[in-house]
Amino acid sequence: MSVTVRIPTQLRSLTDGLAEVQVEGGTVKEVVTNLEQTYPGIGERLLDESGALRRFVNVYLVDEDIRFLQGLDTEINSGQSLSIVPAVAGG
Amino acid sequence: MSFVEGLSCRECGRMYPISAYNACEFCFGPLEVTYDYEAIKKVISRESIEAGPQTIWRYSDLLPTKATPNLDLGTGYTPLLRADHLASELGLRNLYIKDDTRNPTGSFKDRVVSVALSKARELGLKVAACPSTGNLANSVAAHAARAGMEAYIFVPANLEHNKIAMSAIFGGNLIAVDGNYDQVNRLCAELAMIHDNWAFVNVNVRPYYAEGSKTLAFEVVEQLGWQLPDHVVVPIASGSQLTKIHKGFNELATLGLSEENHVRISGAQALGCSPVAQAFLSNADYITPVKPDTIAKSLAIGNPADGWYALETIRKTGGGAAAVSDEELLEGIRLLAKTEGVFAETAGGVTIASLVKLVSSGVIKPDETVVAYITGNGLKTIEALGDKVGPTTTISPNIDSFEEFLHR
Ligand SMILES: Cc1ncc(COP(=O)(O)O)c(C=O)c1O
Ligand SMILES: [Zn+2]
Repeated sequence: MSVTVRIPTQLRSLTDGLAEVQVEGGTVKEVVTNLEQTYPGIGERLLDESGALRRFVNVYLVDEDIRFLQGLDTEINSGQSLSIVPAVAGG
Repeated sequence: MSFVEGLSCRECGRMYPISAYNACEFCFGPLEVTYDYEAIKKVISRESIEAGPQTIWRYSDLLPTKATPNLDLGTGYTPLLRADHLASELGLRNLYIKDDTRNPTGSFKDRVVSVALSKARELGLKVAACPSTGNLANSVAAHAARAGMEAYIFVPANLEHNKIAMSAIFGGNLIAVDGNYDQVNRLCAELAMIHDNWAFVNVNVRPYYAEGSKTLAFEVVEQLGWQLPDHVVVPIASGSQLTKIHKGFNELATLGLSEENHVRISGAQALGCSPVAQAFLSNADYITPVKPDTIAKSLAIGNPADGWYALETIRKTGGGAAAVSDEELLEGIRLLAKTEGVFAETAGGVTIASLVKLVSSGVIKPDETVVAYITGNGLKTIEALGDKVGPTTTISPNIDSFEEFLHR
Protein backbone atom coordinates (compact mmCIF):
# COMPACT_ATOMS: atom_id res chain seq x y z
CA MET A 1 0.00 0.00 0.00
CA SER A 2 1.26 3.44 -0.90
CA VAL A 3 1.35 6.06 1.86
CA THR A 4 1.73 9.82 1.50
CA VAL A 5 4.39 11.19 3.88
CA ARG A 6 4.85 14.90 4.58
CA ILE A 7 8.54 15.74 4.92
CA PRO A 8 9.76 18.62 7.13
CA THR A 9 12.17 21.27 5.82
CA GLN A 10 15.01 19.68 7.79
CA LEU A 11 14.84 16.48 5.70
CA ARG A 12 14.13 17.88 2.26
CA SER A 13 17.80 17.91 1.28
CA LEU A 14 17.42 14.11 1.33
CA THR A 15 14.19 13.99 -0.70
CA ASP A 16 15.35 16.14 -3.63
CA GLY A 17 13.48 19.06 -2.09
CA LEU A 18 10.14 17.23 -2.05
CA ALA A 19 7.72 18.24 0.73
CA GLU A 20 5.59 15.15 0.13
CA VAL A 21 6.62 11.68 -0.97
CA GLN A 22 4.88 8.34 -1.60
CA VAL A 23 6.29 5.15 -0.09
CA GLU A 24 5.00 1.65 0.56
CA GLY A 25 4.24 0.32 4.05
CA GLY A 26 1.52 -1.09 6.30
CA THR A 27 2.99 0.22 9.56
CA VAL A 28 4.94 3.34 10.50
CA LYS A 29 8.08 1.22 10.92
CA GLU A 30 7.72 -0.22 7.40
CA VAL A 31 7.26 3.27 6.00
CA VAL A 32 10.45 4.45 7.71
CA THR A 33 12.36 1.42 6.41
CA ASN A 34 11.14 2.08 2.88
CA LEU A 35 11.88 5.81 3.17
CA GLU A 36 15.48 4.87 4.00
CA GLN A 37 15.61 2.59 0.93
CA THR A 38 14.46 5.36 -1.39
CA TYR A 39 16.15 8.29 0.37
CA PRO A 40 19.28 6.93 2.07
CA GLY A 41 20.19 8.76 5.28
CA ILE A 42 16.67 9.61 6.35
CA GLY A 43 16.43 6.62 8.71
CA GLU A 44 19.11 7.82 11.11
CA ARG A 45 17.52 11.25 11.20
CA LEU A 46 14.27 9.76 12.46
CA LEU A 47 15.45 6.89 14.64
CA ASP A 48 18.14 6.77 17.31
CA GLU A 49 20.76 4.01 17.69
CA SER A 50 18.26 1.75 19.48
CA GLY A 51 15.75 2.09 16.66
CA ALA A 52 13.35 4.28 18.66
CA LEU A 53 11.84 7.49 17.35
CA ARG A 54 14.16 10.41 18.17
CA ARG A 55 13.09 12.60 21.09
CA PHE A 56 12.58 15.72 18.99
CA VAL A 57 10.63 14.14 16.14
CA ASN A 58 6.85 13.91 16.15
CA VAL A 59 5.09 11.61 13.70
CA TYR A 60 1.36 11.99 13.13
CA LEU A 61 -0.97 9.49 11.51
CA VAL A 62 -3.61 11.85 10.11
CA ASP A 63 -4.42 13.88 13.29
CA GLU A 64 -2.94 11.70 16.01
CA ASP A 65 0.59 11.61 17.43
CA ILE A 66 1.74 7.99 17.01
CA ARG A 67 2.97 8.08 20.62
CA PHE A 68 -0.73 7.95 21.56
CA LEU A 69 -1.21 4.99 19.18
CA GLN A 70 1.14 2.00 18.94
CA GLY A 71 4.25 4.08 18.18
CA LEU A 72 6.29 2.69 15.28
CA ASP A 73 4.06 -0.40 15.22
CA THR A 74 0.99 1.70 14.45
CA GLU A 75 -0.88 0.27 11.47
CA ILE A 76 -1.72 2.52 8.56
CA ASN A 77 -5.01 2.12 6.74
CA SER A 78 -5.52 2.82 3.09
CA GLY A 79 -5.77 6.54 2.37
CA GLN A 80 -4.21 7.67 5.67
CA SER A 81 -1.19 9.98 5.49
CA LEU A 82 1.80 10.46 7.77
CA SER A 83 3.37 13.78 8.81
CA ILE A 84 6.87 14.13 10.20
CA VAL A 85 7.11 17.33 12.25
CA PRO A 86 9.96 18.74 14.38
CA ALA A 87 8.89 18.67 18.05
CA VAL A 88 10.70 21.84 19.10
CA ALA A 89 7.78 24.24 18.88
CA GLY A 90 5.33 25.87 21.21
CA GLY A 91 5.05 27.47 24.57
CA MET B 1 25.50 46.06 20.03
CA SER B 2 25.00 42.33 19.97
CA PHE B 3 27.32 39.66 21.31
CA VAL B 4 25.60 36.78 19.57
CA GLU B 5 27.85 34.15 17.99
CA GLY B 6 25.20 32.04 16.31
CA LEU B 7 22.77 29.22 16.92
CA SER B 8 23.95 25.86 18.21
CA CYS B 9 22.08 22.57 18.52
CA ARG B 10 21.51 21.76 22.14
CA GLU B 11 21.73 18.02 21.37
CA CYS B 12 24.63 17.61 18.93
CA GLY B 13 26.36 21.01 18.97
CA ARG B 14 26.17 21.71 15.21
CA MET B 15 26.33 25.46 14.55
CA TYR B 16 23.91 27.47 12.40
CA PRO B 17 23.90 31.12 11.30
CA ILE B 18 21.46 33.60 12.86
CA SER B 19 18.20 33.10 10.96
CA ALA B 20 14.55 32.16 11.43
CA TYR B 21 15.29 28.52 12.16
CA ASN B 22 14.59 26.50 15.29
CA ALA B 23 15.52 22.84 14.87
CA CYS B 24 18.74 21.07 13.95
CA GLU B 25 18.89 19.69 10.40
CA PHE B 26 20.55 16.57 11.68
CA CYS B 27 18.88 15.55 14.94
CA PHE B 28 15.89 17.92 15.22
CA GLY B 29 17.33 19.20 18.53
CA PRO B 30 16.46 22.75 19.58
CA LEU B 31 18.75 25.56 18.46
CA GLU B 32 20.10 27.85 21.18
CA VAL B 33 21.55 31.33 20.90
CA THR B 34 25.22 31.38 21.90
CA TYR B 35 27.13 34.47 23.02
CA ASP B 36 30.71 35.66 23.26
CA TYR B 37 30.82 35.89 27.07
CA GLU B 38 34.44 37.10 27.10
CA ALA B 39 33.43 40.14 25.06
CA ILE B 40 30.33 40.74 27.21
CA LYS B 41 32.47 40.54 30.34
CA LYS B 42 34.50 43.52 29.14
CA VAL B 43 31.50 45.84 28.88
CA ILE B 44 28.93 44.64 31.41
CA SER B 45 28.82 45.47 35.10
CA ARG B 46 26.21 45.79 37.83
CA GLU B 47 26.46 49.56 37.36
CA SER B 48 25.98 49.43 33.57
CA ILE B 49 22.85 47.35 34.06
CA GLU B 50 21.51 49.57 36.85
CA ALA B 51 21.91 52.62 34.59
CA GLY B 52 19.70 51.03 31.92
CA PRO B 53 15.96 51.46 31.27
CA GLN B 54 13.39 50.03 33.73
CA THR B 55 12.52 47.26 31.26
CA ILE B 56 13.94 43.96 30.06
CA TRP B 57 16.17 45.98 27.74
CA ARG B 58 18.46 46.86 30.66
CA TYR B 59 19.87 43.37 29.97
CA SER B 60 20.22 43.85 26.21
CA ASP B 61 23.88 42.75 26.26
CA LEU B 62 22.52 39.30 27.14
CA LEU B 63 19.69 39.31 24.61
CA PRO B 64 19.98 38.36 20.93
CA THR B 65 18.83 41.60 19.27
CA LYS B 66 20.75 44.57 17.91
CA ALA B 67 18.51 47.26 19.47
CA THR B 68 17.68 49.00 16.21
CA PRO B 69 15.50 49.93 18.13
CA ASN B 70 13.89 47.16 20.14
CA LEU B 71 10.15 46.70 20.33
CA ASP B 72 9.12 48.10 23.69
CA LEU B 73 5.73 48.34 25.41
CA GLY B 74 7.45 48.71 28.78
CA THR B 75 7.91 45.04 29.57
CA GLY B 76 9.87 43.78 32.53
CA TYR B 77 11.50 45.05 35.69
CA THR B 78 8.32 44.00 37.46
CA PRO B 79 8.15 44.11 41.27
CA LEU B 80 9.78 41.49 43.45
CA LEU B 81 7.49 41.56 46.48
CA ARG B 82 8.47 40.27 49.89
CA ALA B 83 5.63 37.95 50.89
CA ASP B 84 5.78 37.86 54.68
CA HIS B 85 2.15 36.94 55.28
CA LEU B 86 2.21 34.03 52.90
CA ALA B 87 5.63 33.05 54.27
CA SER B 88 4.37 32.82 57.81
CA GLU B 89 1.31 30.89 56.67
CA LEU B 90 3.66 28.34 55.11
CA GLY B 91 6.41 28.41 57.74
CA LEU B 92 9.02 30.00 55.47
CA ARG B 93 11.39 32.80 56.50
CA ASN B 94 12.21 34.52 53.22
CA LEU B 95 9.61 34.30 50.49
CA TYR B 96 9.27 36.59 47.48
CA ILE B 97 6.70 36.88 44.71
CA LYS B 98 8.00 37.88 41.28
CA ASP B 99 4.91 39.76 40.17
CA ASP B 100 4.83 39.34 36.42
CA THR B 101 1.09 40.06 36.33
CA ARG B 102 2.26 43.67 35.80
CA ASN B 103 3.50 43.39 32.24
CA PRO B 104 1.79 45.30 29.40
CA THR B 105 -0.54 42.44 28.45
CA GLY B 106 -0.56 40.88 31.91
CA SER B 107 1.85 37.98 31.61
CA PHE B 108 5.52 37.06 31.32
CA LYS B 109 4.91 36.36 27.63
CA ASP B 110 5.59 40.04 26.94
CA ARG B 111 9.24 39.27 27.70
CA VAL B 112 9.60 36.53 25.12
CA VAL B 113 7.47 38.33 22.52
CA SER B 114 9.41 41.62 22.82
CA VAL B 115 12.57 39.72 22.01
CA ALA B 116 11.06 37.46 19.33
CA LEU B 117 9.40 40.24 17.34
CA SER B 118 12.35 42.64 17.73
CA LYS B 119 14.47 39.90 16.18
CA ALA B 120 11.82 39.13 13.54
CA ARG B 121 11.88 42.77 12.40
CA GLU B 122 15.66 42.68 12.31
CA LEU B 123 15.51 39.55 10.12
CA GLY B 124 13.14 41.38 7.78
CA LEU B 125 10.05 39.29 8.61
CA LYS B 126 6.79 41.20 8.20
CA VAL B 127 4.16 38.87 9.64
CA ALA B 128 3.83 37.82 13.30
CA ALA B 129 2.21 34.49 14.13
CA CYS B 130 1.94 31.90 16.91
CA PRO B 131 0.06 28.97 18.33
CA SER B 132 -0.95 29.93 21.88
CA THR B 133 -2.65 28.76 25.05
CA GLY B 134 -3.84 32.37 25.46
CA ASN B 135 -1.27 34.61 27.06
CA LEU B 136 1.10 34.42 24.14
CA ALA B 137 -1.79 35.30 21.82
CA ASN B 138 -2.53 38.44 23.88
CA SER B 139 1.08 39.50 23.76
CA VAL B 140 1.76 38.77 20.09
CA ALA B 141 -1.43 40.62 19.13
CA ALA B 142 -0.38 43.72 21.08
CA HIS B 143 3.24 43.73 19.98
CA ALA B 144 2.36 43.11 16.33
CA ALA B 145 0.04 46.14 16.49
CA ARG B 146 2.80 48.20 18.06
CA ALA B 147 5.28 47.06 15.42
CA GLY B 148 2.84 47.58 12.54
CA MET B 149 3.11 43.90 11.61
CA GLU B 150 0.35 41.77 10.21
CA ALA B 151 -0.66 39.01 12.65
CA TYR B 152 -2.04 35.46 12.48
CA ILE B 153 -2.77 34.11 15.93
CA PHE B 154 -3.93 30.54 16.46
CA VAL B 155 -5.67 29.47 19.68
CA PRO B 156 -7.84 26.57 20.87
CA ALA B 157 -11.46 27.66 20.35
CA ASN B 158 -12.39 26.91 23.98
CA LEU B 159 -10.12 29.54 25.58
CA GLU B 160 -11.26 31.85 28.38
CA HIS B 161 -13.41 34.70 27.09
CA ASN B 162 -11.03 37.43 28.24
CA LYS B 163 -8.09 35.85 26.46
CA ILE B 164 -10.10 35.67 23.25
CA ALA B 165 -11.23 39.30 23.58
CA MET B 166 -7.76 40.51 24.43
CA SER B 167 -6.29 38.71 21.43
CA ALA B 168 -8.90 40.14 19.08
CA ILE B 169 -8.90 43.79 20.14
CA PHE B 170 -5.52 44.56 18.59
CA GLY B 171 -6.85 43.93 15.12
CA GLY B 172 -4.79 41.01 13.79
CA ASN B 173 -6.27 37.77 12.49
CA LEU B 174 -7.37 35.58 15.39
CA ILE B 175 -7.85 32.00 14.24
CA ALA B 176 -9.83 29.84 16.68
CA VAL B 177 -9.08 26.17 16.08
CA ASP B 178 -11.42 23.33 17.00
CA GLY B 179 -8.86 21.33 18.89
CA ASN B 180 -6.58 21.39 21.92
CA TYR B 181 -3.33 23.32 22.15
CA ASP B 182 -1.16 20.42 21.02
CA GLN B 183 -3.21 20.20 17.83
CA VAL B 184 -2.93 23.96 17.29
CA ASN B 185 0.80 23.67 17.87
CA ARG B 186 1.20 20.89 15.35
CA LEU B 187 -0.81 22.87 12.79
CA CYS B 188 1.46 25.88 13.25
CA ALA B 189 4.62 23.77 13.10
CA GLU B 190 3.47 22.63 9.65
CA LEU B 191 2.28 26.09 8.59
CA ALA B 192 5.65 27.55 9.57
CA MET B 193 7.27 25.34 6.93
CA ILE B 194 4.87 26.67 4.28
CA HIS B 195 4.90 30.36 5.33
CA ASP B 196 8.57 30.40 6.14
CA ASN B 197 8.87 34.18 5.80
CA TRP B 198 6.48 34.68 8.73
CA ALA B 199 7.72 34.95 12.31
CA PHE B 200 5.97 32.20 14.27
CA VAL B 201 7.34 33.47 17.56
CA ASN B 202 7.46 30.09 19.30
CA VAL B 203 8.25 28.03 16.20
CA ASN B 204 10.79 29.32 13.67
CA VAL B 205 12.01 32.25 15.82
CA ARG B 206 11.77 30.24 19.04
CA PRO B 207 15.52 30.41 19.80
CA TYR B 208 15.19 34.21 20.25
CA TYR B 209 11.77 34.04 21.89
CA ALA B 210 13.06 31.66 24.57
CA GLU B 211 15.97 33.97 25.47
CA GLY B 212 13.47 36.56 26.75
CA SER B 213 12.70 34.39 29.78
CA LYS B 214 16.28 34.76 31.06
CA THR B 215 15.30 38.26 32.20
CA LEU B 216 13.12 36.61 34.90
CA ALA B 217 16.34 35.33 36.45
CA PHE B 218 18.34 38.53 35.90
CA GLU B 219 15.72 40.75 37.53
CA VAL B 220 15.28 38.58 40.59
CA VAL B 221 19.01 38.54 41.26
CA GLU B 222 19.37 42.27 40.75
CA GLN B 223 16.32 42.96 42.93
CA LEU B 224 17.79 40.78 45.70
CA GLY B 225 20.85 43.06 45.69
CA TRP B 226 22.79 40.81 43.30
CA GLN B 227 22.22 37.78 45.51
CA LEU B 228 20.96 34.50 44.11
CA PRO B 229 17.85 33.03 45.74
CA ASP B 230 18.17 29.50 47.13
CA HIS B 231 15.09 28.07 45.49
CA VAL B 232 12.61 29.18 42.83
CA VAL B 233 9.23 27.74 41.83
CA VAL B 234 8.33 28.03 38.15
CA PRO B 235 5.19 26.94 36.29
CA ILE B 236 5.71 24.61 33.33
CA ALA B 237 3.83 24.40 30.04
CA SER B 238 6.38 23.84 27.26
CA GLY B 239 9.18 24.02 29.84
CA SER B 240 10.97 26.82 28.02
CA GLN B 241 10.62 29.40 30.77
CA LEU B 242 11.99 27.11 33.49
CA THR B 243 14.95 26.09 31.36
CA LYS B 244 15.79 29.69 30.48
CA ILE B 245 15.53 30.93 34.07
CA HIS B 246 18.28 28.42 34.80
CA LYS B 247 20.33 29.69 31.86
CA GLY B 248 19.87 33.24 33.20
CA PHE B 249 21.28 32.37 36.63
CA ASN B 250 24.19 30.58 34.95
CA GLU B 251 25.02 33.57 32.78
CA LEU B 252 25.17 35.97 35.74
CA ALA B 253 27.61 33.63 37.45
CA THR B 254 29.68 33.19 34.27
CA LEU B 255 29.98 36.97 33.96
CA GLY B 256 30.93 37.41 37.62
CA LEU B 257 27.79 39.44 38.31
CA SER B 258 26.72 36.96 41.01
CA GLU B 259 28.26 34.15 43.02
CA GLU B 260 28.24 30.60 41.64
CA ASN B 261 24.82 29.32 40.64
CA HIS B 262 23.37 26.88 43.18
CA VAL B 263 19.73 27.89 42.73
CA ARG B 264 17.37 24.93 43.12
CA ILE B 265 14.58 25.04 40.54
CA SER B 266 11.23 23.39 41.17
CA GLY B 267 8.47 22.92 38.59
CA ALA B 268 4.74 23.47 39.00
CA GLN B 269 2.06 21.77 36.91
CA ALA B 270 -1.67 21.13 37.03
CA LEU B 271 -2.52 17.50 37.77
CA GLY B 272 -4.65 17.29 34.62
CA CYS B 273 -1.60 18.16 32.51
CA SER B 274 1.56 17.16 34.35
CA PRO B 275 3.84 15.20 32.03
CA VAL B 276 7.01 16.76 33.46
CA ALA B 277 6.00 16.47 37.12
CA GLN B 278 4.90 12.83 36.60
CA ALA B 279 8.21 11.98 34.92
CA PHE B 280 10.08 13.57 37.82
CA LEU B 281 7.98 11.88 40.51
CA SER B 282 8.22 8.46 38.84
CA ASN B 283 11.94 8.79 38.11
CA ALA B 284 11.37 8.31 34.39
CA ASP B 285 14.00 9.34 31.86
CA TYR B 286 11.48 10.25 29.19
CA ILE B 287 8.35 12.39 29.03
CA THR B 288 5.10 10.62 28.24
CA PRO B 289 2.75 13.02 26.42
CA VAL B 290 -0.77 13.42 27.82
CA LYS B 291 -4.16 14.78 26.75
CA PRO B 292 -4.70 17.82 28.99
CA ASP B 293 -7.74 18.13 31.25
CA THR B 294 -7.44 21.13 33.58
CA ILE B 295 -8.84 24.63 34.09
CA ALA B 296 -5.23 25.89 33.96
CA LYS B 297 -5.54 26.33 30.20
CA SER B 298 -2.45 28.50 29.93
CA LEU B 299 -0.38 25.52 31.08
CA ALA B 300 -2.26 22.88 29.08
CA ILE B 301 0.50 21.56 26.84
CA GLY B 302 0.42 17.77 26.83
CA ASN B 303 3.49 17.28 24.64
CA PRO B 304 5.96 19.89 25.93
CA ALA B 305 8.78 20.82 23.56
CA ASP B 306 11.26 21.51 26.37
CA GLY B 307 9.78 18.99 28.78
CA TRP B 308 12.91 16.89 28.76
CA TYR B 309 15.18 19.87 29.48
CA ALA B 310 12.88 21.13 32.22
CA LEU B 311 13.04 17.69 33.84
CA GLU B 312 16.82 17.60 33.51
CA THR B 313 17.12 21.10 35.00
CA ILE B 314 14.95 20.22 37.99
CA ARG B 315 17.05 17.11 38.67
CA LYS B 316 20.40 18.77 38.09
CA THR B 317 19.63 21.68 40.42
CA GLY B 318 18.19 19.51 43.20
CA GLY B 319 14.69 20.92 42.83
CA GLY B 320 11.37 19.12 42.94
CA ALA B 321 8.06 19.04 41.10
CA ALA B 322 4.43 19.16 42.08
CA ALA B 323 1.15 18.45 40.32
CA VAL B 324 -1.90 20.14 41.83
CA SER B 325 -5.61 19.60 41.31
CA ASP B 326 -7.96 22.25 39.94
CA GLU B 327 -9.38 22.67 43.48
CA GLU B 328 -5.89 23.19 44.88
CA LEU B 329 -4.94 25.74 42.23
CA LEU B 330 -8.11 27.75 42.88
CA GLU B 331 -7.21 27.70 46.58
CA GLY B 332 -3.72 28.86 45.53
CA ILE B 333 -5.17 31.87 43.70
CA ARG B 334 -7.24 32.74 46.78
CA LEU B 335 -4.36 32.26 49.21
CA LEU B 336 -2.03 34.56 47.27
CA ALA B 337 -4.74 37.19 46.84
CA LYS B 338 -5.75 37.29 50.49
CA THR B 339 -2.27 37.10 52.00
CA GLU B 340 -0.36 39.37 49.61
CA GLY B 341 -2.80 41.39 47.52
CA VAL B 342 -1.70 39.87 44.22
CA PHE B 343 -4.32 38.46 41.86
CA ALA B 344 -2.93 35.67 39.70
CA GLU B 345 -4.42 33.72 36.84
CA THR B 346 -4.71 29.92 36.97
CA ALA B 347 -0.98 29.43 36.22
CA GLY B 348 -0.17 31.50 39.33
CA GLY B 349 -2.61 29.35 41.31
CA VAL B 350 -0.68 26.30 40.12
CA THR B 351 2.57 27.91 41.27
CA ILE B 352 1.27 28.81 44.73
CA ALA B 353 -0.44 25.44 45.26
CA SER B 354 2.79 23.74 44.18
CA LEU B 355 4.78 25.94 46.57
CA VAL B 356 2.46 24.82 49.38
CA LYS B 357 3.01 21.16 48.44
CA LEU B 358 6.76 21.46 48.07
CA VAL B 359 7.04 23.12 51.50
CA SER B 360 4.83 20.58 53.25
CA SER B 361 6.68 17.66 51.64
CA GLY B 362 10.01 19.12 52.81
CA VAL B 363 11.47 19.73 49.34
CA ILE B 364 11.59 23.47 50.11
CA LYS B 365 13.35 24.11 53.41
CA PRO B 366 12.10 26.76 55.87
CA ASP B 367 15.38 28.68 55.87
CA GLU B 368 15.72 28.91 52.09
CA THR B 369 15.23 32.22 50.29
CA VAL B 370 12.41 31.29 47.92
CA VAL B 371 11.00 33.08 44.88
CA ALA B 372 7.65 32.07 43.36
CA TYR B 373 7.18 33.24 39.78
CA ILE B 374 3.63 34.57 39.31
CA THR B 375 3.48 34.78 35.56
CA GLY B 376 -0.07 35.87 34.63
CA ASN B 377 -2.82 38.25 35.74
CA GLY B 378 -6.01 37.00 37.43
CA LEU B 379 -8.27 39.22 35.34
CA LYS B 380 -7.55 36.94 32.40
CA THR B 381 -9.12 33.84 33.91
CA ILE B 382 -11.99 35.25 35.98
CA GLU B 383 -14.34 32.52 34.78
CA ALA B 384 -12.17 29.82 36.35
CA LEU B 385 -13.28 31.17 39.72
CA GLY B 386 -16.89 30.32 38.83
CA ASP B 387 -19.34 31.15 41.59
CA LYS B 388 -16.61 31.02 44.23
CA VAL B 389 -16.39 34.81 44.20
CA GLY B 390 -19.15 37.33 44.64
CA PRO B 391 -20.54 39.88 47.07
CA THR B 392 -20.41 39.04 50.78
CA THR B 393 -23.99 40.28 50.93
CA THR B 394 -26.48 42.34 48.93
CA ILE B 395 -28.26 45.07 50.87
CA SER B 396 -30.88 47.78 50.33
CA PRO B 397 -29.55 51.32 49.80
CA ASN B 398 -30.03 52.45 53.40
CA ILE B 399 -28.12 52.58 56.68
CA ASP B 400 -30.29 50.09 58.55
CA SER B 401 -29.77 47.47 55.93
CA PHE B 402 -25.98 47.76 56.25
CA GLU B 403 -26.00 47.89 60.05
CA GLU B 404 -28.16 44.81 60.11
CA PHE B 405 -25.55 43.00 58.01
CA LEU B 406 -22.73 44.29 60.24
CA HIS B 407 -24.37 42.93 63.40
CA ARG B 408 -25.72 39.76 61.85
C1 LIG C 1 0.97 32.53 32.59
C2 LIG C 1 1.89 31.49 32.07
N1 LIG C 1 2.84 31.02 32.89
C3 LIG C 1 3.70 30.07 32.49
C4 LIG C 1 3.66 29.51 31.22
C5 LIG C 1 4.62 28.42 30.86
O1 LIG C 1 5.59 28.78 29.96
P1 LIG C 1 6.48 27.71 29.18
O2 LIG C 1 5.66 27.26 27.99
O3 LIG C 1 7.68 28.47 28.77
O4 LIG C 1 6.77 26.57 30.11
C6 LIG C 1 2.69 29.98 30.33
C7 LIG C 1 2.64 29.41 28.96
O5 LIG C 1 1.78 29.69 28.16
C8 LIG C 1 1.79 30.98 30.76
O6 LIG C 1 0.84 31.47 29.94
ZN1 LIG D 1 21.58 18.51 16.37
